[in-house]
Amino acid sequence: MNMPPESGNSRAAADRSPAVRRAKNRLFHWLSVAVACCSVGVLLTLLTVIGLRGFRHLDLGFLTSAPSRHAAEAGMGPAIWGSVWICLTCTLCALPIGVGTAIFLEEYRPVSVVGRKIFGLIQLNITNLAGVPSIVYGILGLTVFVQWFGVAGHANEPLFTIGQKWYDSFIDETGQALLVRVSGRDAPEVSVSESLEYRSESGRPATVQVTPEAEIAPVRTAIDTFAETLTDALSDVIEPGSNLSAEATAGLVIDALRTVALPTDDRPHAAMVDRWASLAMQASGQTGRDYRRAMRAVKTAVYTEMSKAALPNVLSAKAAATRTDRKAFYYVQIPFGRGVLAGGLTLMLVVLPVLIVSAQEALRGVPSSLRQGSLALGATRWQTIYRMTLPAAIPGIMTGAILSISRAIGEAAPILIIAGIVFIRFTPHHLMDEFTAMPLQIFDWAGRPQEDFHDVAAAGILVLLGVLLTFNATAVLLRHKYQRGNQ
Amino acid sequence: MQNNKHTHRVAAAPSLQQPDHRSSEVRPASGESSDESSEFHCTLTAENLNAWYGDFHALHDITIEIPNRRVTALIGPSGCGKSTFLRWINRMNDLVPKARAAGRLELRGTDLLDRLLDVVDLRRRVGMVFQKPNPFPKSVFDNVAFGPRLHSRYSRNQLDEIVERSLRQAALWDEVKDRLGKSALQLSGGQQQRLCIARAIAVGPDVLLMDEPCSALDPKSTRRIEELIAELRKQYTILIVTHNMQQAARVSDLTGFFCEGRLVEVGLTGHIFTNPTRKETEDYISGRFG
Ligand SMILES: Nc1ncnc2c1ncn2[C@@H]1O[C@H](COP(=O)(O)OP(=O)(O)OP(=O)(O)O)[C@@H](O)[C@H]1O
Ligand SMILES: [Mg+2]
Repeated sequence: MNMPPESGNSRAAADRSPAVRRAKNRLFHWLSVAVACCSVGVLLTLLTVIGLRGFRHLDLGFLTSAPSRHAAEAGMGPAIWGSVWICLTCTLCALPIGVGTAIFLEEYRPVSVVGRKIFGLIQLNITNLAGVPSIVYGILGLTVFVQWFGVAGHANEPLFTIGQKWYDSFIDETGQALLVRVSGRDAPEVSVSESLEYRSESGRPATVQVTPEAEIAPVRTAIDTFAETLTDALSDVIEPGSNLSAEATAGLVIDALRTVALPTDDRPHAAMVDRWASLAMQASGQTGRDYRRAMRAVKTAVYTEMSKAALPNVLSAKAAATRTDRKAFYYVQIPFGRGVLAGGLTLMLVVLPVLIVSAQEALRGVPSSLRQGSLALGATRWQTIYRMTLPAAIPGIMTGAILSISRAIGEAAPILIIAGIVFIRFTPHHLMDEFTAMPLQIFDWAGRPQEDFHDVAAAGILVLLGVLLTFNATAVLLRHKYQRGNQ
Repeated sequence: MQNNKHTHRVAAAPSLQQPDHRSSEVRPASGESSDESSEFHCTLTAENLNAWYGDFHALHDITIEIPNRRVTALIGPSGCGKSTFLRWINRMNDLVPKARAAGRLELRGTDLLDRLLDVVDLRRRVGMVFQKPNPFPKSVFDNVAFGPRLHSRYSRNQLDEIVERSLRQAALWDEVKDRLGKSALQLSGGQQQRLCIARAIAVGPDVLLMDEPCSALDPKSTRRIEELIAELRKQYTILIVTHNMQQAARVSDLTGFFCEGRLVEVGLTGHIFTNPTRKETEDYISGRFG
């Protein structure tokens, strides 16, 4: 445009000279590149640090084994399974409720003014709930699902139960509990002093010598007393935090053992040696890289020394039978208690608002011409939803569901309130079982003072990130496939 | 604009004015009778039909009788209420929250404005073809079978038969018979619109409402659909809204001219186009109207 130079606009026009505009354009181009690089850089740094720290621990054993007091042996098997359990529960509950609500809100909009006001209110609430911090849902879940407002008794004395099954539990040679299922509480207890064939939880057949609890109790007391005396002796000899070498620690442990009177004479029991060794390690304040070496040295020393010494014979290969309250997989009680079901339902509360909003979005994305076409053919509202709207919206709904559930997997706060940080070595067996989840396990490890556990936490983060990436990739693929299929 | 308080009777179609036309409503409906004597039986009638969207008065005192097995064209400037009228006949306006209507609108003696009317049954008897082709994102076969499947359980053979018959009637069979399983979205616009017509007639309606069925199509597809309408006319009562004067002149037996929510004039198509009684009609038809 040719402006007369003396017009009032001429100065403004001069400001927007091509050179200035190009310069501004370039400036903002590079500004956005720089900002993008910043965020990508931060992310890459974070991933590299975590990757380097956690990589050493990351192997099949880490994925399958149970958490341990020793960083080197710690794994997140139960945490992974716990996450699987709660996420399945969450998905199975959240999908029907969320999609149903979305259908109700989108397809059954009322015509009357009052009805529309009420709908608007519901809609506003759901949109707002999507922004509520998840810890609030944790507290809600605690009150509603864990305790049932306290109206149905306490979790330990539930008002209502189905599917009770009991097990006899044994302590085997490695100190692990083994479960043998019995049909009911009235079944005769295993109390014979003989060997019992069973299949361990890993499927490995084994034999235990069963000794009645009554016979074993005095021995247990003796061992506990012995462990206490030993701890005292160790703390006398070893100065805490002295960071001695592995050999020196081992020597001190042997010295301490010599000053303690042993209950009986037999070969040392593996679990007992472990326990002594870790007691010694604790007392010596031995941490860090030397830990495993020191542990080995102590164990060797203890075995050599103790092979001649006295030990409780009953512990060598025998186990005590106690009846436990492990429930069958379909066990349900009211109130739910701090179990998988309460955790899953709490996660459901966290994901529902997002799920509903995204499902609504997907339903709204279905062209109304399809809906009208279906209705004009004489379809009822439900037929239209079931045969037309829902199939067309399913890919969008699935994408939203996967994304919101991947958020649920990484959610720590509400699970922390429901499950608490408890040391759980088992995968859950039924909906009321205690559980731990990946973020909780990571939180636990990261909070420990030992440096080694921080590396374990990094490995846990890698696993969690892997799972989340898989989920998000599925969502992206689904959307991609849907978009291609639509053309 | 002058305010026409009076309603417009059909002047040029004497048989429509027969005082005993109500007797045709009492007669049991027989879909098969196609004898020429029933030529101007009208089972779809509106009398002083008024319609509103909220406070907006969209239709004023519409009185019209739609002859059976004939094509009635509705013409008029944009926004004059033609679609609104159609959408009251199959009650698609139920979807509009603030839409309401008063007056009399009857199909075979059934009050179509009745709140308790079974709209599902009504829509089965009154099919609708929309302005923009709206094939479902399903296969060609499933598109046509969608309606029949809603209403009863057919065997695969019966469905095959219905689909083929409907597609043949819609003059689409030869083009799609080899790709019944392919997505209907792959068809051309004209084919899609004929598919929508096939879909509408697969349910076996009495009345077919077409709201500007050719507005999104090229002249050739338009020609096909017009031929199709001429064919369907033998079997169905057809109401077609169009902005194309030539089309109205070509396909319809009766033409109604709407303007600003009023039915200005209705009569035999020949009369309306050659010799309209009202000035607005003449202006509109000759293109002098806004
Ligand atoms: N859902 C609605 N809500 C409010 N007003 C509406 C609605 N639908 C239509 N109207 C109004 O009603 C009047 C008639 O609309 P209608 O769609 O019947 O016109 P039309 O004759 O079909 O026009 P066109 O030829 O452009 O399709 C218009 O003024 C329109 O703005
Ligand atoms: Mg219209």
